[in-house]
Amino acid sequence: MIRKILDWIEARISLEGPRHLLEEKTVPRHRFTFFYFFGGMALFFFIVQVCSGVLLLLYYQPTPANAYSSVKYIMTQVPFGWLIRSVHVWSANLMILCIFLHFFTALLTKAYRKPREMTWMSGFILMLLCLGFGFTGYLLPWNKLSYFATKVGTTMVDRFPFAGHWLLELTRGGTEVGSATLSRFFALHVFVLPFLVILILAFHLYLVQAQGMSVPINARIKGEIKFFPNFLLRDLFAWLVALCVLALAASLFPWDLGVKANPFGSAPPGIKPEWYFLAVFQALKFLPAHIVRIEGEVVGMGLFSLAGAAAFLLPFIDRKASREQPSLWVTVGGTAALVFMIAMTIYGYFA
Amino acid sequence: MDRRSFLNGLLSVSGLALLGSMVYPVVHYLIPPEKSGNSVDSGTAAKVGDLKPNEGKIFKFGEKPGILIMTPQGEYRAFTAVCTHLGCTVRYRADVKEIWCPCHNGFYNLHGKNIAGPPPKPLTAYAVHVEGKDILVSRRLS
Repeated sequence: MIRKILDWIEARISLEGPRHLLEEKTVPRHRFTFFYFFGGMALFFFIVQVCSGVLLLLYYQPTPANAYSSVKYIMTQVPFGWLIRSVHVWSANLMILCIFLHFFTALLTKAYRKPREMTWMSGFILMLLCLGFGFTGYLLPWNKLSYFATKVGTTMVDRFPFAGHWLLELTRGGTEVGSATLSRFFALHVFVLPFLVILILAFHLYLVQAQGMSVPINARIKGEIKFFPNFLLRDLFAWLVALCVLALAASLFPWDLGVKANPFGSAPPGIKPEWYFLAVFQALKFLPAHIVRIEGEVVGMGLFSLAGAAAFLLPFIDRKASREQPSLWVTVGGTAALVFMIAMTIYGYFA
Repeated sequence: MDRRSFLNGLLSVSGLALLGSMVYPVVHYLIPPEKSGNSVDSGTAAKVGDLKPNEGKIFKFGEKPGILIMTPQGEYRAFTAVCTHLGCTVRYRADVKEIWCPCHNGFYNLHGKNIAGPPPKPLTAYAVHVEGKDILVSRRLS
């Protein structure tokens, strides 16, 4: 029966690509093979995000008057609503964690080197878009913490040189965080970002399939694993582990809703962004108010933007890796960035 | 049973259990809980003096529209305003002294009985009481 359907399709379009993937693709086996799973796990969490997000859309109302109460309604009245929302929030956090792991493992194994420059750059853009998901989604329940975190976060946009104020009004839809901001964040969160992510993700995955897996420089290859079914089953097992972690986290530690935002109330003490922005947030706090007559935060944002640009263009900066030579300074820089991020996040969490 | 078929069976059962544990909450989530507003039993339809004889008005009864009519004889009557045919909101027609559904030209008389056009059933009638300046409408106990 399946054979007949496949023959019918094959008579119309070529199935050479999928067949090649199933029959000939192999995955190299070495001591870092398990690094290959992080990207797949991030993809799994993204799929969970899309499904749980669509479910939340059935009851969520994106207006300041109704946003909080509609999320509360989901969590208290709709059967399993608490679980769906908890899955959505936990999966978002786990997705970003997997993306960070994927990013740093690709960085430290120099997976960005020729011919995978476009895979690296598209992945980098995907990471930024996913952080955008986190930032826009955080406001949607319209609670006190998310309201003020968004206020602080969007004020940082104001620190950008030249276009800062214009960007601030563009993101907020006015001078203050209000109903226009909520509408904009909602549109970004449920339409613009998913559209861009799916588009770029398709390109990213196509490149991964077309070029095969990158092997770390000087890694000792112990053999090859057939992609289908051997590696795919391992991938599925990783997804199952991801699902178990998600299910445990979402059901044992349901995400709190907090109290409704009051734009005219005072900000809660010790306000912090989500953990994935905490490193930047904490680092900016360490800067003095002024560095050589320029505002400290402007300097900080400038430095982070430069670091981001350098990471994005890394395949073109690191010439050694392109020649399959170990590039020590990327390893040192990447490890330093990782240690810095972890340290700042921990410090920011307990500060 | 050999080891392979036992393991295959175990895997299938686990897979189905996993699928079931995901589908079950989602199916329940999709069905909205009943809102308390859906089952209101009484409410204010209008103020005394809002209607003249041979006039009608639509009022909000819970989450559904109701219709309050003052007959040419000056008597108040109230019904659900949801046509029994396909759910359009009906209105009062003073020229023919009947309740009319504009969607498919259905007619009900002043007792809510379907008399012409496609409506299959009469409109549910409500009890009307005048209390002070308010005209109160309530569900009749069946």
